[in-house]
Amino acid sequence: MGGVWVWIEQQRGEAPRVSWEALGLARTLGDGLGQAVTALVFGTNATALGKEAIQRGADHAIVCEDATLADFRPDPYATLFSKLAKERQPAVILAGSTACGGDLMGSVAVDLEAGLIADAVSADLSDGAVRVTTPVYGGKLLARVLIPDGCPQMLTVRARVFPLPEPDAGRKGEIEAVSPALSEEEIATKVVVFEGPSGKVSLTDAAVVVAGGRGVGGPEGYEPLRELCEMLGAALGASRAAVDVGWIPYEHQIGQTGKVIAPDLYIACGISGAVQHLAGMRASKVIVAINQDPDAPIFKLAHYGIVGDLFEIVPALTRAFRNRRQ
Amino acid sequence: MRIVVCTKETPDTAARLEINPDGTVSWGDAPLVINPWDEYAVEEALLLKEQRGATACTVLGMGTEATKEALRSALAMGCDEAVLITDPALKGADTLVTSYALAQAIRKLDDVRLVIFGRITTDGGTGQTPVQVGRRLGWNILTFVSKIVDLDFTAGTITVERMLEGGKQICQSRLPAVISVMKGINEPRTPSFMALRKAQKMPISEWDAAALALDPAITAKVKWPEVFAPPPRQGECEMIEGATADEIAAKLVERLTAEKVV
Repeated sequence: MGGVWVWIEQQRGEAPRVSWEALGLARTLGDGLGQAVTALVFGTNATALGKEAIQRGADHAIVCEDATLADFRPDPYATLFSKLAKERQPAVILAGSTACGGDLMGSVAVDLEAGLIADAVSADLSDGAVRVTTPVYGGKLLARVLIPDGCPQMLTVRARVFPLPEPDAGRKGEIEAVSPALSEEEIATKVVVFEGPSGKVSLTDAAVVVAGGRGVGGPEGYEPLRELCEMLGAALGASRAAVDVGWIPYEHQIGQTGKVIAPDLYIACGISGAVQHLAGMRASKVIVAINQDPDAPIFKLAHYGIVGDLFEIVPALTRAFRNRRQ
Repeated sequence: MRIVVCTKETPDTAARLEINPDGTVSWGDAPLVINPWDEYAVEEALLLKEQRGATACTVLGMGTEATKEALRSALAMGCDEAVLITDPALKGADTLVTSYALAQAIRKLDDVRLVIFGRITTDGGTGQTPVQVGRRLGWNILTFVSKIVDLDFTAGTITVERMLEGGKQICQSRLPAVISVMKGINEPRTPSFMALRKAQKMPISEWDAAALALDPAITAKVKWPEVFAPPPRQGECEMIEGATADEIAAKLVERLTAEKVV
């Protein structure tokens, strides 16, 4: 009975960074509650990831390395997770706030009739209850959220907010293998194809994001930004204005109706800073704004500002970073 | 072969939000509009009716009189009928309660084969409700749908493309299903003036907790004691100047190196 559980997601046998960040928070909450931390890993490479979870702070791992769980699908994952949770009654359940994390936690919360908080950006303990801060209205406001009498208390954590726990090869713990809850015949959904963009960094995981708005002037205006991204290993973002006119696909959009991100460094190029854009990137640690208009609202949020032509400044930045590297 | 679209009203995304002295959220003069993501859900439902032979599109919302604004927007776009779930007992509902009420309403409607949500709302913004409605109904759940590749109501099959953090996934599944759709899946139609006027006059059915036979034992688990504005950013923006772009760039790289972010 009791314990803090954390779900470690895997895609093609690799865990996203946010799963480890959630594990770090699980460790903190487990220590505060005086309870053990258990990592749950299903599918490809589950045993190895379970071992890594122990090295990164879990006390035990529960793994299920079955072919039905190779790709995430809500039904087989949630059915197994809920079965285990009903048997063992964890006090707190965490997962990274990803598409799959939301599918799994949402489903399990229904199975357990448990409270679920999405997108925690801070969490602490108050009288044994987890107290969480979460962005609302796309990050324009924050809410303090509480699950007072819910057992278990469930939450997903936002990427790049909680510290990444480093592995310690000396940590040991038990890895328990369990059987799947559903057979392939019982699962209606089949994953036909998964196309991952090769070698590109995902926007939510990227440490550095370079984004362009209306000021880039057209689809080809993103080229200098792409070169800077390549130089920095950064992901490319965009404002809604640029997406809506069709210069760049929606998957790059940052803001209230796009992705909400918190990189270490955000470089806004030709983005004036509409409130709905600012909501999506205000949690960035350092913000640089490059804009022709000295009165652009983005400068109110930026740490460093450059008034000038992005087509001169951005290539100069790429050169400067290249020089520094040599 | 009915499609249900679930929607709610949210403050316009251009609104500046403030906290009232009583702790509630104010959006000034900005209008309450249909949650922007839901327009894609409505459009997708209408396209499926026009192209794949669904027989009716019902728009469903839970809330108060203000929710009718969102329902009427969906009617103006072309939905056939609207249902509002409204009951004082549902005030303060979390996604567990909301999904319960929506699922009960969907069970009450006949011949529902597909439920479509926008991927998230721009207010609470958890994205949990579509998942939880699907789980409560025991139907297949397909979130983050960026394209419906194929849908056959007769055969009961659906194939979708999903936009995940790491890339695109193609999934096959079976109806009935609950899906949530991304921006960009279609181009939502703009209703004509006549359609807007007609929608104002269309009846909206109202269902309360008794009509849905809601079990009062299912109550909200999540409490929201406080909403607050993020702390304003400390310090001024340091403007970086120089004679040439290269000089400016060198200064910035120096600062960013000192900040240890590159």
